[in-house]
Amino acid sequence: MSHLAAALRKDLLLQWRARAQVVAVFAFGAAALLLFSFAVGPETTVLREQAAGFLWLGLLLSSTLTLAESFHAETEHRALEGLLLLPASARALYYAKALANALALFALGAGLVPVMVILYDAATPRIPALLGIILLGSAGLSAPGTLYAAMTSQARARQTLLPLLLFPLVVPVLLAAVKATSLVIHGDPMGQLRAWTLLLVCFNVIHWSLCGLLFDRVVED
Amino acid sequence: MVTGRNGSGKSTLLRVLATAARADRGTAQVAGHDIRDARAEVRRRVALLGHDSGLYDGLTARQNLEVAASFLGPAAAARVGALMGEFGLADRAGDPVSAFSAGMRKRLALARTLLKDAEVVLLDEPYGELDPPGFRLLDKALDALKARGATVLLATHLLEHGRQGCDEALVLEEGRLAWSGPARDLREPGAAP
Amino acid sequence: MRDSRLPYGLLALGLALLLWGSYWGLFLAPRETYMGDVQRIMYVHVPTAWNAMLALTFAFACALISLFRDDPVWDARLEGALEVGVVLSALLCMQGAIWAKPTWGVWWDWDPRLTTTAVMVFAFGGILALREFVDDPVKRATWSAVAAIIAYVDVPIVYFSVKWWNSLHQTQSSPETVSRAFQWPLRINAFGMLFLMSGLIALRARLAFLRREEEVA
Repeated sequence: MSHLAAALRKDLLLQWRARAQVVAVFAFGAAALLLFSFAVGPETTVLREQAAGFLWLGLLLSSTLTLAESFHAETEHRALEGLLLLPASARALYYAKALANALALFALGAGLVPVMVILYDAATPRIPALLGIILLGSAGLSAPGTLYAAMTSQARARQTLLPLLLFPLVVPVLLAAVKATSLVIHGDPMGQLRAWTLLLVCFNVIHWSLCGLLFDRVVED
Repeated sequence: MVTGRNGSGKSTLLRVLATAARADRGTAQVAGHDIRDARAEVRRRVALLGHDSGLYDGLTARQNLEVAASFLGPAAAARVGALMGEFGLADRAGDPVSAFSAGMRKRLALARTLLKDAEVVLLDEPYGELDPPGFRLLDKALDALKARGATVLLATHLLEHGRQGCDEALVLEEGRLAWSGPARDLREPGAAP
Repeated sequence: MRDSRLPYGLLALGLALLLWGSYWGLFLAPRETYMGDVQRIMYVHVPTAWNAMLALTFAFACALISLFRDDPVWDARLEGALEVGVVLSALLCMQGAIWAKPTWGVWWDWDPRLTTTAVMVFAFGGILALREFVDDPVKRATWSAVAAIIAYVDVPIVYFSVKWWNSLHQTQSSPETVSRAFQWPLRINAFGMLFLMSGLIALRARLAFLRREEEVA
């Protein structure tokens, strides 16, 4: 079995066995969406207009929980170090973990869509396009997020450090994903969707390669 | 065997030799390869059991071994069942590690360490947390390692165990080598050499 | 790191140039036709912008070298460059707000360059925070270098995304250099700030290096 396949199997196994947590994170995300509507007020037009922003803010906040948790199991008993000493390729371990996290965030985002539809009256028939954007956005959050989660899981004040480091970095993902989602929900008369999708793709390409290259230095002594 | 007071550097030594930690100065050759220049080569031939078990609490005992084996190759995968039997874990193979006692975890960690067909095996306080049956299982495993020609470096406080099974002894004091020689000549710390 | 007096010399020279350039720009240079006296902030704003970017680019270079060389000197320089870069970027945002209020009536108008700068303050400031919470100096050096590289590579992406995001609103909205009468005080201030910044980075790096020596000892 290649190292990537072995690592992916490991991460999917870990996620499967921790599936109760997914429900908790989903509840957190849904609660966030609810709180946003309380903060903004019950005017349906305003809520529908800003629905995309709320969805992605909710997903961004929830992602810190998912990402931080993904390394808890690895550092608790130095399991990750144990794998590195086998030797397992650090790069393979990174890509597997980042892929698993991207998948988890995608599931979370997709799960929050019905919440968005109900709370903000923001439905759309273009489901594949919406899911595609959620996938790209989740991947964009996961690539740097997994690297920083690995870093902060070994530092003090890890709860505050991860969002502090990650949020400024993923501003392009937030902007592009919100804009693209908004266009999918409300219509795209000027054909801007392609540009925003391209931005998401570029961000992903750059960060998946860069973070994969640098992960080795983050986890090795 | 390596022994010495708490904080004398036994764990650090083992970790550096296994390339789990980096030395600030100097170098070493383990299993014929340099720990700085040929880290991957050293890792292929060395197995380390440190203070931490390296286990995933969320996975079952069998899954923990299978995960490690999946990186090592089909030969290791074939050994999973045998190792679990050897360390008395067979009837708890499907239980999550989070439910294990400290002694059971230690056994599982030992089994995991021995999955790799290593030339050099580094064990940091392997007798800790084991019960008397566990001691016997470990001694059997160590005898088997010796029989197939592996080098075993054991860091321990339990001098008696060390003196029985080991050929050489090293005593560390504050990070420096204070004494080395045949294990049977080793005396209690504090006594004149 | 040698205990040279060069940084102090740079500080003195920089301050002197800044005083000269600012006096010239504030009192002697002609009043701009359309924007009036408010435009004078450009004599500080533009040099700050250039030097902030320069400081963070130097930080990026230090990060790369630090990763390849494992030399604590470059990690110390990284810390100095990061801190000075973050301070200059924060100043830039404040200057932008001071200029925007009388010009546009709002403190913040989402100008792409200033917004990107604000994101950079958080991104690079976050790395300084990271350094505070990592005890092992080797790990601290490696991790901040990695984080600095990722943050720096991200800067153009952030800029473009904010630019497109804001494109429906307005284009350039920060003070611009207009004619040659304005060039000299600008250049003097730019160099003044450059020397000041270099002196500060050198001194801050020295401090970081000494602290690390003390830690390791």
